[in-house]
Amino acid sequence: MLDAFFLAAVQILVTAGAVMVLFLFIIMLLDLTGAEKIPRQKIWMGCALLLALGFLYTVALTLKATPQGAVGIDQAPPPHVLSAKYMAVRIANNPGASPGFLTDLSDDTHRIGVLLFATNVNSMQTTYVAPFEITSLLILVATIGVIVLCKQDELPRPSPREQITREAPPKSTKPETASTR
Amino acid sequence: MELEHYIAWLLLVTPLTASIAILLHLYKKHDMAIFASIGSAVICFLIALYVAFGNLPAPNPWIWISLPGSSESPGVNIEIGMIFDALSKGMLLIVTGVGMLVHIYSYGYMKNDPGRGRFFGGLSIFMFSMTGIVLATNLIELFFFWEGVGLSSYLLIGFWFTKESAAAAANKAFVCNRLADFGFMIGILTYWLLSGSVSIEPAVVANYHPVMSVPVVQSTLTTIQQTLHHHSPFTGIHHSGAVAATQFTLAIMVLGLFAGCVGKSAMFPFHVWLPDAMEGPTPVSALIHAATMVAAGVYMLCRVYPLLILSPFGMFVIASIGCFTAIFAALIAVQQDDIKRILAYSTLSQLGYMVMAVGCGGPDAAMFHLSTHAFFKALLFLAAGSVIHALHDEQDIWKMGGLAKKIPLTFWTFLIGMLALSGCWPLAGCWSKDYVLEVAEAYGPVYYWVGVFTAFLTAFYMTRLVVVAFLGHARTAAAEHPHESPPVMTGPLVVLSVLSVIGGVIGIKAYYHDWFDGVLGTLHITPAVVPGAESMFPAWLAPLISVPTAFVVAGLISAYFLYVGKDRDPLNIQFLARKFYCDEFYERSLVGGQQWTAIALNWIDSWILDGLIIRGAAYISVGVGEILRLFQTGSLQTYAFIFSIGGVLLIYFTLFSH
Amino acid sequence: MEITLNHYLAVGAILFVIGLMGVITRRNLIIIYMSLEMMLQAANLTLVAFSRFNGSLDGQVFVFFVITVAAAEVAVGLALIVALYRLRQTTQVQDLTSLKF
Repeated sequence: MLDAFFLAAVQILVTAGAVMVLFLFIIMLLDLTGAEKIPRQKIWMGCALLLALGFLYTVALTLKATPQGAVGIDQAPPPHVLSAKYMAVRIANNPGASPGFLTDLSDDTHRIGVLLFATNVNSMQTTYVAPFEITSLLILVATIGVIVLCKQDELPRPSPREQITREAPPKSTKPETASTR
Repeated sequence: MELEHYIAWLLLVTPLTASIAILLHLYKKHDMAIFASIGSAVICFLIALYVAFGNLPAPNPWIWISLPGSSESPGVNIEIGMIFDALSKGMLLIVTGVGMLVHIYSYGYMKNDPGRGRFFGGLSIFMFSMTGIVLATNLIELFFFWEGVGLSSYLLIGFWFTKESAAAAANKAFVCNRLADFGFMIGILTYWLLSGSVSIEPAVVANYHPVMSVPVVQSTLTTIQQTLHHHSPFTGIHHSGAVAATQFTLAIMVLGLFAGCVGKSAMFPFHVWLPDAMEGPTPVSALIHAATMVAAGVYMLCRVYPLLILSPFGMFVIASIGCFTAIFAALIAVQQDDIKRILAYSTLSQLGYMVMAVGCGGPDAAMFHLSTHAFFKALLFLAAGSVIHALHDEQDIWKMGGLAKKIPLTFWTFLIGMLALSGCWPLAGCWSKDYVLEVAEAYGPVYYWVGVFTAFLTAFYMTRLVVVAFLGHARTAAAEHPHESPPVMTGPLVVLSVLSVIGGVIGIKAYYHDWFDGVLGTLHITPAVVPGAESMFPAWLAPLISVPTAFVVAGLISAYFLYVGKDRDPLNIQFLARKFYCDEFYERSLVGGQQWTAIALNWIDSWILDGLIIRGAAYISVGVGEILRLFQTGSLQTYAFIFSIGGVLLIYFTLFSH
Repeated sequence: MEITLNHYLAVGAILFVIGLMGVITRRNLIIIYMSLEMMLQAANLTLVAFSRFNGSLDGQVFVFFVITVAAAEVAVGLALIVALYRLRQTTQVQDLTSLKF
C-alpha cells in the first residue's frame, strides 16, 4: 500500500527479528515474579486516558486543518529519487533509452541504495553516506556499551586440572546476582 | 574694615574664645576659667559702652562675612554682620551690663561648686550667643544665635546634671524651644518667600511693602503672580520683586515669627519650661531666664516690628497671648512656695506685658519695660540667690522668716526690687508698666483692665513673698542663722538696685520712642500712643495718681495684712498651686500621645515590617520550595506523563492559538 | 472510501498514543520499554506515509536510520535493565524511586 518493500523487510528482520527477540531473551533471563499484585491506581489511568484523548484530539484538529492530506494514494506523485540534473546525466549517458526508464526504478530498494550510498556526483543530490557511516559507528558503540554493562565479574572457578583431580565437584557457587559496583 | 568695627567684632569673639578655651582645657582649672570668663564679660561691657556712646563709622550695619547667593538668587546672601542702631545699642548695654554683674556675682555664688569651670564656660557661650542675637543683621544669623542661646540654656539649666529633675528640666526647655523654633522657621521662610530677603535691617524691613492680591481681580493677579513667581527667591530674585502676598500669608509670616518669641519668651502654650528652668543655679536664672534670653523674643519682635503690623490678625494674636500669659502666670504665682518659682512666674507675667505691648502697637513700651525689667528682675534673682546661699540652699519661703534683721543688705535690695517690680512710684517699674498699660488701653480696654488686675496680683504675690520670707520670725533652724553674702555678691545687688530706682527716668523711654518713631515714620504709621498725652498732673507725678497705682497699693496692703505673722498659707487654691494642671495636661496629651505613637510604630515595625514583609518573604520562599519539592516524585512515569502533557499543550498552542 | 494520507497519519497517531499510555501506565520496566518501541514504530509509519505521499524517498531513508538506532537503543536499554535487575532484584517501576525528594 505504501510501496515500501525494502523497509518492510528491514523492519521484520530488525525489529521483529532482533529487537523483539532480545526482549524475549531478557524476559527469559530475568526472574519476573509477582508483578502486578498492587492494584493500579484508577486515577492515574484516567489521567493517562485523558492525555491520550487530548493528543488524539490535537492530531484530529491538525488533520482537519490540512486539506492536502486528503489526497488519495493514486493521486500521490510517484516516488522519485533522482534529481533533474542526475537524470540529465543518465539520459546523456544512455542515449536512445526511453524517457520512462528513469522512473522505471520501481524497485525501492534500488532507490534507497542510491540514496544511501551514492557519493556526491557533482553535488547532484543529497546522499546519506555520512549518516550511514555514523550509524555504523553508533552500533559499534552500542555493542561495546552493552558488553560493558552486562559483564559480570569473573567467578572464581577451579582450573580444569583441579576439576579433574577432585572427586566431587567443588561447591558450585551460585552466580552472583548482584554485581558489585 | 575699620579698627572700630573690629573692636566691635571683639564683642562676639571674646566670649567665644573664652568658652572654647574653657571647653577644651580650662574647665578643670577653675580659677583660670573664671578669670577668662569674667574677663571676657568685662571686656564686652567696656566695648559695649564704646559702641553705644562712641561714634562708629559707617557702614552700619557692618557685614563681616557675606556669602553671596547663587546666580539664580543673587539677593539672598548669607551674612554674618552686626547692626548698630539705637535698638541694638540699648539692648547690648543691658545684655553686657547685666551679664557682667551676674558674672561677678557668680564668682561668689559658685565658689564651692566643683563644676564651676564648666559653669563659666556655659556663661561665656551664652554671652556670645546673646550678643549675636542683639547684633544680628538677618534672620538666618539671628536663628543661629537663637539656637546658641537655647543650647547654653540647656547646658546651664542642666548644670547639676546628676540631679534628675535638673536634667529633665533642661530637656524640657530645649524641646519646648525647638518646637517653637519650628514655627519660627516657618515665619522666616515665609518672610523670605514674600520679600525675597531675610534681612532685618531697619531699612529693609521698614521698606517692605507686600504686593497684595485681591480676590476680586484674581485672574489678573494670577498672571502677575506667575510673573512675580518667576522672580521668586527660588528661581530668581529682585530685591523689590516678591510673591504676591495675601492676608493669610502675611498672617502666617507674623505668627511664625511670633512662634519664635513664644518659645524663647515662654508665652502661654510653651511656658512650661521656664519654671522648671529654675533647677539651674540662681545666677543662670538671673541672667538667662530673667533679664536677657527670655527677653530675646521680645527684642526679635521689636526688630521685625514693621513686618508685624502688616497683619492685624497677627497683632491681635500677639497682644492676646501676651495679655493672657501675664494674668495666667500672675495667678499661678500667688500660690507658689518656692522663692525662685515665684520669681519665675513673675518673669512670665512681665514678659506677657512686654509681648502685649508689642501686639498693641507699642514696641517702644515693650523695649522700655524690657530694660527696666532686666534691672529689677536680675536684682530680685540675685538677691534670692543671696538668700538661698545664706540659708544653705533652702528655697521654700515657708521655711524662711525673719531674715530682714539678719541679712539687711539682701533684704533692702530685695525690697527695692520688689517695689520696682510691683510698679511703685517712682521706681523704674512704675514708669515702664504705666507706659505699657497706656499702649494697651489705646488698643482695647480689655487689655488695659487685665493688665491692671495683673499689676494688682503682682503686688500681691511679691508682698506675700517678702512678708513670708523676710518679715516675722524664723520658722526653721536654718533661718535662725543666716550669713550675709560676701561683697562680691552684694556688690552687683547694690548696682542693680540703683538702676532699678533710677531706670525709669534716665531716658530709656524717650530713647526707644524716638528710634521707633524714626523707623516707623517711613511707613507713616505713628506709634499707638503719644506718651503723656493728656493728664492734669505733671508728667513726673502722673503715674502716682492713676488707676494702676491704686490697684498696686491695694495689692500691697491686702497681701501684707493677709500674710503677716502667718506660718501657713491661708489661701489654698490648689488649681493655682498646681499651675492650672498644665504640666499634667501636657504629660497626658503630648507625652502620652507620643508614647502611643511609639508603641504603634513599634508594633508596625515588629509585626508588619519584620514579620509580614521580611520573614513573610522568607517563609514564602521556603514554602514555594517545599511545594516544588513535591514535584520530584522519583517516579519515571510521572515525569513522562507531565512531559507528554507539556508536549501536547505545546503542539496545540503552537498550531491553534494566536 | 479512499485511503488518504490522513488515515495513515491517524493510524500512526493511534499507535503513538497507545505506546504513550503504555509508558505512562504500565509498571513493569520491560513492558514500558516495549511501549516505547511502539512509539518509535509509530513514528516510522508516519514517516513512510509522508514519504509515499510526497513522492520522495527521503522519508524512507530516515526510517532506515530510525530502525537502526532503535535497535541499538534497545540493546543498550535492555542491558541497563539487566544491570538494574541485578542491583535491585526488581523491575517494578514503583520500587525505583531513589530520586524521590
